[in-house]
Amino acid sequence: MASGKEIRTKIGSIKNTQKITSAMEMVAASKMRKAQDRMETGKPYATRIRDVVSHIAAGNPEYKHVYLTQRDEIKRVGYIVVSTDRGLCGGLNINAFKEVIRHSKAWHDKGVPSDLCLIGAKGAAFFKSVGGNIVASVRDMGEQPSVTDLIGSVKVMLDGFVKGKIDELYLVSNEFVNTMTQAPTVKQLLPLKPAEGDEFKRHAWDYLYEPEASELLNGLMIRYIESQVYQAVVENGACEQAARMIAMKNATDNAGDLINDLQLAYNKARQAAITQELSEIVGGAAAV
Amino acid sequence: MAMTVHCDIVSAEQEIFSGLVEMVVASASEGEVGIFYGHAPLLASLQPGPVRIRKQNGEEEMYFVSGGYLEVQPHVVTILADTALREGDMDEEAAMEAKRQAEEALKGEGEGLDYSKAAAQLAEAAAQLRTLQAIRKKLNK
Repeated sequence: MASGKEIRTKIGSIKNTQKITSAMEMVAASKMRKAQDRMETGKPYATRIRDVVSHIAAGNPEYKHVYLTQRDEIKRVGYIVVSTDRGLCGGLNINAFKEVIRHSKAWHDKGVPSDLCLIGAKGAAFFKSVGGNIVASVRDMGEQPSVTDLIGSVKVMLDGFVKGKIDELYLVSNEFVNTMTQAPTVKQLLPLKPAEGDEFKRHAWDYLYEPEASELLNGLMIRYIESQVYQAVVENGACEQAARMIAMKNATDNAGDLINDLQLAYNKARQAAITQELSEIVGGAAAV
Repeated sequence: MAMTVHCDIVSAEQEIFSGLVEMVVASASEGEVGIFYGHAPLLASLQPGPVRIRKQNGEEEMYFVSGGYLEVQPHVVTILADTALREGDMDEEAAMEAKRQAEEALKGEGEGLDYSKAAAQLAEAAAQLRTLQAIRKKLNK
């Protein structure tokens, strides 16, 4: 059995770790609230613009934007993978990466390779080690990501789509279900899927455009992709804080359990030492 | 009672308005458009300027948008604004100040200032002021 002193040092070091994890838990909890607010404020715009764009995709416009055309043959697919910059947030990133790998393997089996655009340092590190064709990467966006940080790398993928390098584009990120649950999701960004519902299919219709259709749609489509990616990044930020909070809470609880166990072992060792000393004294006294 | 359509006004930051309206008036890129129930599908880009809505009970409300997009479907009108302000949130002094700054920036054009940015700023400030004046007119009448 380990000596009393050894156990005491162990308890001390675990207590220090516990202090760190509980501090991180509290920091994550307060950051989560802000991240959640950021996610909520952006949501109406992202959903409305998605509605509008899916209406456009369902219509029969005179000008068919390149983002709206479904391609018959898929030769290459692209993924925009949103991950966090920092670790210690449980299985959040790994779950999303698993989803990417599962999805791209399905394409790979059909002989379709994939390109990756990575947002966040963890994604870059992971896909560098497992291999993967990384065409763009952006990292260190901080707590308040801005759309301008994202535009560059997203544009690489959009250009790739326009030039026919990739034929489908997916967005992989974590969806904030609630504080306890974050679900990795794969959404198809391009080509755009038309809205469901009978009212759009009953007859052929088109918009009136102001100004020219091409000019208008170009602007709107780019705005749409940007808003979707931005919303995904912001939502992933909220997921990160929530996941970190839970992970750190678990770590703190586990440290508490460890300390209890060690304390018990320490008490036993101490008691054994006392008992031994006593019996030695009694034995010594009896011998006299 | 007049026929109503559902109208949503959202900006990148928040949802500004959502509800049934009788009429929407917005300044599209080629001029003002008024939209009632049953309007043909329309897609337009918006200029900085006021957006006026008449709600179901006849009450009128005014918003300021700094550009964006307008989509009209027979049953729903959506305004995707870059930034939008409610009439109560608009600050005349701030708008004046912004206009003055933009004008100054335009004067100093020769010194390598971003001309298009300053011009856009000026247009936005002027549009905000226009909106405020329109609101005032509405209140006085």
